[in-house]
Amino acid sequence: MRAPAPAFAANLNDATIESARGAIGAGLLDAVEIAGEVQLHVTREALVPALTALRDTPGLEYQQLMEIAGVDYPDRVERFEVVYCLLSLTRNHRLHVHVGATEDTPVPSVTELWPVAGWLEREVYDMFGVLFAGNRDLRRILTDYGFRGHPFRKDFPLTGFVEMRYSEEQKRVVYEPVKLAQDFRTFDFMSPWEGAEYVLPGDEKAKLPEAKGAPTPATATEIQKAGATETPKQAAPAASEPYAKKDATSTAETGAGRNESAGAPKPADPDVVPTKGGGQNQ
Amino acid sequence: MTDMLVEKDQAVDREVDPALEKIVHVTDASHPSEGDVAIQNYTINFGPQHPAAHGVLRLVMELDGEIIERIDPHVGLLHRGTEKLIEYKTYAQAIPYFDRLDYCSPACMEHTFVLAIEKLLDLEVPLRAQYLRVFFAELTRISNHMLNLGSHVMDVGAMTPNLWLFEIREDCYGFLERATGARMHHNYFRPGGVHQDVPLKLLTDIADWLDTRLPRLFEDAISLVADNRIFKQRNVDIATVSREDAIRWGFSGPMIRAAGIPWDLRKSQPYDVYDRMDFDVPVGTRGDCYDRFMVRVEEVRQSARIMKQCLAEMPEGPIASTDRKVVPPKRAEMKRSMEALIHHFKLYTEGYHVPAGEVYVATESPKGEFGVYLVSDGSNKPYRCKIRPTAFSHLQAMDFMSRGHMLADTTAILGAMDIVFGECDR
Repeated sequence: MRAPAPAFAANLNDATIESARGAIGAGLLDAVEIAGEVQLHVTREALVPALTALRDTPGLEYQQLMEIAGVDYPDRVERFEVVYCLLSLTRNHRLHVHVGATEDTPVPSVTELWPVAGWLEREVYDMFGVLFAGNRDLRRILTDYGFRGHPFRKDFPLTGFVEMRYSEEQKRVVYEPVKLAQDFRTFDFMSPWEGAEYVLPGDEKAKLPEAKGAPTPATATEIQKAGATETPKQAAPAASEPYAKKDATSTAETGAGRNESAGAPKPADPDVVPTKGGGQNQ
Repeated sequence: MTDMLVEKDQAVDREVDPALEKIVHVTDASHPSEGDVAIQNYTINFGPQHPAAHGVLRLVMELDGEIIERIDPHVGLLHRGTEKLIEYKTYAQAIPYFDRLDYCSPACMEHTFVLAIEKLLDLEVPLRAQYLRVFFAELTRISNHMLNLGSHVMDVGAMTPNLWLFEIREDCYGFLERATGARMHHNYFRPGGVHQDVPLKLLTDIADWLDTRLPRLFEDAISLVADNRIFKQRNVDIATVSREDAIRWGFSGPMIRAAGIPWDLRKSQPYDVYDRMDFDVPVGTRGDCYDRFMVRVEEVRQSARIMKQCLAEMPEGPIASTDRKVVPPKRAEMKRSMEALIHHFKLYTEGYHVPAGEVYVATESPKGEFGVYLVSDGSNKPYRCKIRPTAFSHLQAMDFMSRGHMLADTTAILGAMDIVFGECDR
C-alpha cells in the first residue's frame, strides 16, 4: 500500500479471515480481502449470530459498529447490499460485513447488539427501503415529513419528483411536480477506445452478424433471425420507470443514437410539397 | 458542589439513612397537601430554530416539570442528498461537497475523501503534500474547536470567552484564505496532494501566530471558564457516559476520549505524516460535559504542537503526485506542452477512472471518526459514497444522556457534543 491511508493493523487480515471462518461457520458465504480491507459476506439468517461472534469471540473483538451503509445494485437478484463497518479498539482492525436484501426480505436488526444501530438502520430504511426486522423505531429519519419513495435507489431520479415552494396566494408551503428549465444533463465519458457499451450512430451496420461457417447468400436479416435466440436483447425499460430517461447513465438507456425510424414510414413533413417527380430536389 | 456529589453517591449506592426511612416513600403524589397541583408530563419542541440548537435540530422533549423524561431528536432538516449528488459527479467534482458537510472543519472532511480515493488508486503522495495536509487539518481543528468551545460556554451563560475565541477563529480563516483562496469552502486537498503550494510568508506568519497570539488569546479565554465555579456547576456530572456506553453507542473523537478511552485515529491508525508527529492524546476521567470541554481544550494545544512540528520538518518538493493520469498539470505547463494540454483537458472533463473496489476510510475529524465508505465500479464517478457522520451516533445518544437532567442542561449537553448539521444531515 503506497497510499497514505489510515494504517490500521492490515497484517491481521489473513488471520482475521481464518478466525472469522471458524467463528461464523456455515453462514459465511465468502471472505475476501479487497484493497487491503476484509469483506465478509454472510447470509441474512446468519447475520446476528455472525456479528455477535465477531463482537464477543476473543481474538476478533469488534467492539464498535461504526457504520451501516446501504448500496443499491439493481442488476442483482437481491438488489440491496447492507454493509456493516466494524472496528476493533483492542486489535486496531476494521472489517466490513456484507449482507444482501430485497424490498420484501427484511434484514434482522442488530439494535440488541449495538444500540447505535437504531438510527443507522433507520437511515438505510429511509434511503433504500430495506426493512429491518426487530428495529422497534423504524421511522424515516433524514427525508421530509410525509416523503414518499426511497431517494438513494439507483432508479430514483436525482431531481426527485416534487419540489416545494412557498405560495403567496395560499399562504403556505406547496408541493408541485418538478419542472426543469432544461433537461438534466449527464455526459457519458466512457471512452470508446476503452470498451464503451453503446453503439455510435451508424455503427450498428458494422455489427451485423457474420455468417457462421462457409459464405452463404443468405441476407443479414435472415442470419439475424436465426441467431435471435442467442443474441441477448436490450431489456425494455420497465413501465414503472417513467423517469428513467432523465438520469440515464448511458445513451443505450436514453435511446440517443438509436435508429428509431427504421422500418416505420417517414412522418409527413408539411413543409415538403411532393412534386410530380417525387422529392422536392428532383 | 460537595453536597451534590454526596447526594449522587447515595443515590448510586441505594443506601438510605435510617432517619430518612420514615419519609423515603412519602411523595407529593401519594400524599397531596393543600395547594398542590397535579401536573401531567408535557411535550415541547426544542428547535428547529433555537439559538442553542447549533443549527436546524428539532428535539421533541417529554418533560416532567423541568426534568427531561425522554428526547426524540428529529434530524434531516438540512438533508441535501449529498451522497446521491456525488454519484453523479466525477471524483474531482465531488470534493467541494465535502467542504459543505461539516462547514466548521471543511479541510478535515476533504481529507477523508481524498484518502479514500488514494487508497483505491493506490496513489503515492509526496511528503510535502502530506505535511501540508496535516498542517491545514490541524489548523482546521483549532478553528473548529474555537467555535465549539466558544458556543458551549455561551450556551451555559458566559459571553466573553466566545468573543475572544472568535478572534482566533478569524485568524484561522485568514490563514486558510491565504493558502486556499477561500475562507470556508477551501476545495484544497486533492487525490495525490494539494491544489497549490503555500507561500513562505504564510508559513512564517502562522509560526509567529502559534508562538504569540494563539496562546495568549486562547489561554486567557480558557482561564476565564476552566476553573469558573458557575461553569463547573453547569457541566460537571452532567450527562456522564461510561466507557461501555461510549463503545456501544459508537462514540468517537473527544466524546469517547472524555469517557476515558484513549482512542485517537491519528495515533492508532495514522494517515499521512501523523506517525511522525509527537503529540499527546488527552482523556477524561468522569465522562461528563466538563471532561468533553477540557479534552477539546487540550486538543487545541496539541494541535498547535503538531503544527509547529510540521513547520520544522516540512521538506521542499512537489505538492502533488506527478502521476499525470490523476493529477492535472499546472496551467503554465499546460500552455507549453501538448501532452500536458491533453492531460489537462481529459482530467477536467472526463476525470480519472478509479479501479473497482470498496473501501471504508475513517479519519479523526475534530468531532470524531468521520468515515467515507466508497464503492467504485471502475468508472470516473463513485458508484456509492456513504458518508459516516460523527454527529449521527452522538446525537442518537442524546436521549439516554439527558434523561433525568434538567431542561437547562440540554444546551450544555448539546454544546459538549459538538454537532454541525451540515454533516449530520448530509
